Amino acid sequence: MDIAPSAALPPPPDSALLHVVATILKRKMQRALARQNSALYHCLTLLVATELQYEWNMKKLAAICLFGLFLGVRAEAQERPYFVTYSHEMEEPGNLDIEFFSVNGKPDSANRFVGSNIEFEYGVKAWWTSEFYLDGQMTQHDSAIFTGFRWENRFRPLLREHWINPVIYVEFENTSADKALREVVGHDGAADFVDPNAIARLDKEREIETKLILGSNYKGWNFSENIIAEKNLAGDPWEFGYALGASRPLGLTASAHDCTFCREKFQAGVEMYGGLGDTYSLGTHLTSHYAGPTINWIAPNGVTLSFSPQFGLNDYSIPRLYRVGVSYEIDQFFSRFHRGSAQ
Amino acid sequence: MRIHFKASVFILALSSTLATFAAANGAWLKNVSAHDHERTNPYKDQPDAIAGGKRIFEQNCSPCHGKNAEGTKKRPPLRSERVQHEATDGDIHWLLVNGNMRKGMPSWAKLPDQQLWQVIAYVKSLGQ
Repeated sequence: MDIAPSAALPPPPDSALLHVVATILKRKMQRALARQNSALYHCLTLLVATELQYEWNMKKLAAICLFGLFLGVRAEAQERPYFVTYSHEMEEPGNLDIEFFSVNGKPDSANRFVGSNIEFEYGVKAWWTSEFYLDGQMTQHDSAIFTGFRWENRFRPLLREHWINPVIYVEFENTSADKALREVVGHDGAADFVDPNAIARLDKEREIETKLILGSNYKGWNFSENIIAEKNLAGDPWEFGYALGASRPLGLTASAHDCTFCREKFQAGVEMYGGLGDTYSLGTHLTSHYAGPTINWIAPNGVTLSFSPQFGLNDYSIPRLYRVGVSYEIDQFFSRFHRGSAQ
Repeated sequence: MRIHFKASVFILALSSTLATFAAANGAWLKNVSAHDHERTNPYKDQPDAIAGGKRIFEQNCSPCHGKNAEGTKKRPPLRSERVQHEATDGDIHWLLVNGNMRKGMPSWAKLPDQQLWQVIAYVKSLGQ
């Protein structure tokens, strides 16, 4: 299978080494692709090769999404269309969900950036999900850098479904110059994106982040509320934030036949999140807030594509953010390595 | 003191093992309320709904319970006497919504209620 977007666009002149690396990587993955008709290989080939060879912009992100529409592989996952908000739903035990998220924004007084992360989410138990992130970002007229990693765990203390279902979230992150915007806390705002990467990455953020996730399902709707508290281990005060989301599949019943664009394959909703200050200045003064619609679609091959335009609600926020996500779930991941497995 | 500690660990391990076996033997059925037990499936015996339920089953349930609900090494079959005859549709709906998380069965409340009933209609159709 050819990788159409990367073949059509010429590489920028200052990325010859990256181009060589990406070409080698692409060929290796294409060979793997030829052996296994897997959505994972399709997605990774496309995303890695594209990201290494070219500067990101919205047209290329759109090209990736369009390419994803025509991938011809199979599997399926049910995902909420949220980018920042967590629902109370856990990863199924034994399943590995591989997700790629990207956010594109242009602060008023800074260069356009793309923050990305790739996530590996594993269901350890039905009540325990663990997730590992690798983060990176690219800033226009500046550089592309690896910004760090995160490791999170989510625990569901109540083992039955209730009207409101709490989940405890604990994360350790070691990042610098991160622009993935996976949460907004404290006085985070557009001003944080002004420094060039060379300076911003000197500020190491080793942080503990905790969340109380509350979620409810009612008549097909999901309502999720997150209360966030984050602490920089270097001694900064606790910072607080929130995230809210509501979503619903467009169709509640499963159709009798396989379909591509039927309503059950889409979920749509709204998401809102922002900072709530810190222990010294709790409240919404000098905090940023965002809101926007969000939608996802499960492709016939099981890849879930998500998109959300989000809008800054005050002058302290970045005016617009465009978020794109691609995810693929591998059922019973480790059992695939067992001899005589049912898989 | 050390002996007491070992004895405590042994008793704890034994009781958790017994609890596990109890759950595997359908102990969850005792947790279903009378109201849930008596709920009826709005999609029962409807061919289109069953076909839709089959699709949902293959996407979400078959990785653990087998493509034909025959069970896998670690997960139970759904063609068993308990699922097909002892448990009512309402019981299975309760299990899908709440899961049996200690035993590894997740909650499927993230699926719309309609789709849960469709899956139940499909699973029950396997015993006919």
